Amino acid sequence: MEVTEEVAIDHGLKKEEFSKICELLKRTPNLTELAIFSAMWNEHCSYKSSRKHLKKMHTKGKQVIQGPGENAGVIDIGDDDAIVFKIESHNHPSFIEPYQGAATGVGGIMRDVFTMGARPIANLNSIHFGSPQHKKTRNLLRGVVKGIGGYGNCIGVPTIAGQTTFDESYNGNILVNAMTLGLVNKNKIFYSKAAGLDKPVIYVGSKTGRDGIHGASMASATFDDKIEEKKPTVQVGDPFTEKLLLEACLELMADNSIIAIQDMGAAGLTSSSVEMASKGNLGIELNLSEVPCREEKMTPYEIMLSESQERMLIVLEKGKEEHAKKIFDKWNLDFAVIGKTTDSKKIELIFDNKKVAEIPIDLLAENAPIYDRPWKKTKLPQKLKFDKDEFKSLKLSDCLKKILSNSNISDKKWIWDQYDHTVMGDTIQKPGGDAGVVRVHGTNKAVAASVDSSALYCFSHPLTGGKQIVCESYRNLISVGAKPIAITNCLNFGNPEKEKNMGEFVECVEGITEASKYLDFPVVSGNVSFYNETKDKGIKPTPTIGGVGLISDYQQMLTMDFKTEGNLVYVIGKTDGHLDQSIFARQLLNEKKGPPPTVNLFNEKNIGETVLDLSRKNLIVSCHDVSLGGILTAVSKMCIKGKKGITINTLKGLTNKYEYFFGEDQARYIIEIPKASLKKVNDILNKYSVHFDELGTVNGQSIEYKDDINLPIEELADAHKYWLKKYMDS
Amino acid sequence: MRSSVIIFPGSNCDRDMDVALKKFGFKNQMVWHNDQSIPKSDLIVLPGGFSYGDYLRCGSIASKSKIIKSVIDFANSGGLVLGICNGFQILTETGLLNGILQQNKFLNFICSNVYVKVKDKQNKYFKDLKKELLELHIAHNEGNYFCSDDELKSLEDNSQIAVTYCGVDGTENETTNPNGAIKNIAGIFNKNKNVLGMMPHPERMIDKYLSGEDGSLFFKNILDNFK
Repeated sequence: MEVTEEVAIDHGLKKEEFSKICELLKRTPNLTELAIFSAMWNEHCSYKSSRKHLKKMHTKGKQVIQGPGENAGVIDIGDDDAIVFKIESHNHPSFIEPYQGAATGVGGIMRDVFTMGARPIANLNSIHFGSPQHKKTRNLLRGVVKGIGGYGNCIGVPTIAGQTTFDESYNGNILVNAMTLGLVNKNKIFYSKAAGLDKPVIYVGSKTGRDGIHGASMASATFDDKIEEKKPTVQVGDPFTEKLLLEACLELMADNSIIAIQDMGAAGLTSSSVEMASKGNLGIELNLSEVPCREEKMTPYEIMLSESQERMLIVLEKGKEEHAKKIFDKWNLDFAVIGKTTDSKKIELIFDNKKVAEIPIDLLAENAPIYDRPWKKTKLPQKLKFDKDEFKSLKLSDCLKKILSNSNISDKKWIWDQYDHTVMGDTIQKPGGDAGVVRVHGTNKAVAASVDSSALYCFSHPLTGGKQIVCESYRNLISVGAKPIAITNCLNFGNPEKEKNMGEFVECVEGITEASKYLDFPVVSGNVSFYNETKDKGIKPTPTIGGVGLISDYQQMLTMDFKTEGNLVYVIGKTDGHLDQSIFARQLLNEKKGPPPTVNLFNEKNIGETVLDLSRKNLIVSCHDVSLGGILTAVSKMCIKGKKGITINTLKGLTNKYEYFFGEDQARYIIEIPKASLKKVNDILNKYSVHFDELGTVNGQSIEYKDDINLPIEELADAHKYWLKKYMDS
Repeated sequence: MRSSVIIFPGSNCDRDMDVALKKFGFKNQMVWHNDQSIPKSDLIVLPGGFSYGDYLRCGSIASKSKIIKSVIDFANSGGLVLGICNGFQILTETGLLNGILQQNKFLNFICSNVYVKVKDKQNKYFKDLKKELLELHIAHNEGNYFCSDDELKSLEDNSQIAVTYCGVDGTENETTNPNGAIKNIAGIFNKNKNVLGMMPHPERMIDKYLSGEDGSLFFKNILDNFK
């Protein structure tokens, strides 16, 4: 086939990009070469729209061993232990084929982690669906959950936490973000930078098939009516092979045979080989006739673009081929020497003894286009003036029950019951808490992790929203007694070629950067997913933050369930009663305007450190952060989980009870204090100058507030626990 | 007491089982599926997971693996063989245990704590166990035990039903049956009661920071009965 501008456009390249390729190469590329350019220059692989802004992120810290730019980020948790972690999106494939899309998303992120030498110890996910009323939602949710479970359960890595939301903006474009944490000895971390000349390049894992060809280009385009036709570009996962690959790679990593290793993810063999060569400032020569293929008569074009799963590319020390092959034979995996490193600084492809492609590496990596796309600032919406007289017709207890059964607040047990969350025998906080917690096997340490996003806040005001999610992640970790260390982010946005969407991205990143800098909570890895748009309708900006923290003695872990009758309950942090953008305003007043709650980073940090201090001194017995749905929602969850009630004290003076109970002001926690610790707790709160309210006392089997609320815990639990199950069964 | 845990490609509870056995004082060794023989053991454990990807049928490929002949010989000579979850599925596929494990009734994977009632104590696993009910943990997609009427009668007549799903108060009915298993069966013995297969994972319940501690009782009891 002759390569023309039209062919280039069919490959997702822009007209100008094609001219630039011809200019750089000083000739027209052949079809295989064009395919390689299209794979490397698309948004998904090149970060061409985002790179300029991502550079500003806060990525350094005392505990950071590896920041963004590798397969995953790495942080130091002491005693030579390090945690490798990353979050990644698999949005487009999951919308087209929910089971395989979600499953291979989980598989891909686990490979990113064990590529670095780490054994995966926990999975998390953040999944977002269209309105519950939308005809596709139920099936998509069912398929995604089965896919995530089907893959993670089989590998035997516990899924310890997650987030699920529903919003009509995801009707035509669901989000599936998967995160993995792995444990590695910090002196035995493997990287993707190739080094040395004439070193064998090894292909291991599954055979290459025709699945997933053009996957990365699909992830870089918006959807239209013909989206169902893209089904063949979705990869098919085989968790069994991945489990073998995991064990085989870790076995080979026990000695010094590997120079560099890279999994074949998006854009498969193309991006893995180019990245390894580019990082090592080398060339690479691949003999594609040696690539193990699953199907007959595969062309170089197909081999280079295939996104078949469960494959790895390794640059090995010379002479270690036999040793390595033995390990992969033991695990029944394909092993082939397919090339070598060279000093040509080119990627050279041989097929049937003929050279079929030759491209200088720097044209694919450093010389890939970078765009400074125009973007528009989002103005802070004006604060709403609520008519408080209107509230009076609303009964507090009815409001609470409605909020607890809101699709975005309700219990997600139906989902996490389908994920193995206890395999590996170290899960000490299961899904449903503020964060999942797993012990570092064989030590007193435990690692906490949480995933969060707040699309409504980010949509209303991206800058504030960006800050808010980082803070939310910080609070969730502190609520389980963990010191927050670092984050990974998955930036899900609409079309960057539209100024509004690009502006949302730029300002969310700015917010994330500001908060992570202030809180010393650096970003160590992440991924950008643009073009989450179907037929011109983009999603609400949904940056997802995956936070990781450390509990140095796991016996000090906190949970949110109320423990003992008679204990006092405090709200830490000040409540102004911010109702704009709250669940209360949305669900009970049908009011969607107004700004998100203000983020005060000084308060976040100070209050967070206060709570951490209280937990380290064993002065509090339960803790929960106050977020969506405000104080009454938070306290209800503590009651439901602990199967204990609370008697709430009469509010002071002129406080409006609706604002107080349902406002979504930031930087707040609810803590439970045994009477014996009360004086010490008060002293510490005063020392840090932290505002607190005495909310009430753990008591009986109901939530009680004056004559307004008298709700048995069981009734609350019914409202909270069964919405999703009923929805899925209906 | 010497134990061996068999690792099949795709096993994923092998390490957890190793940790649990060693915690309570078993001298445990790991045995690769392609090995010819099993080292001298007093107990062989087939762990949970997805042996050979559970392709074809859960446990079916493992039941034809190289090591399995030694396991069958060991069982037939009276040795203790314990199969947990996928291990239970493998034992039914080898024919050492009757019946089959079908997909869960509600077609979903279930990961959850359950209560089981110990139905028989005239065996080396549960003899003198201090409790009648154990809180254990299940994590499976195919745990719905089924067998023919004749087989069921034989299981009942020979007291081969080991544990059944029940409520916290011991009630056995449809609501306390997580996966649709016939007669709430969670685990069974062979006729000689030296082979035990069960879906719940005792190895996930071995300290108070995990889902519970009743798994500890199970392992300690095997050791106590061996002395």
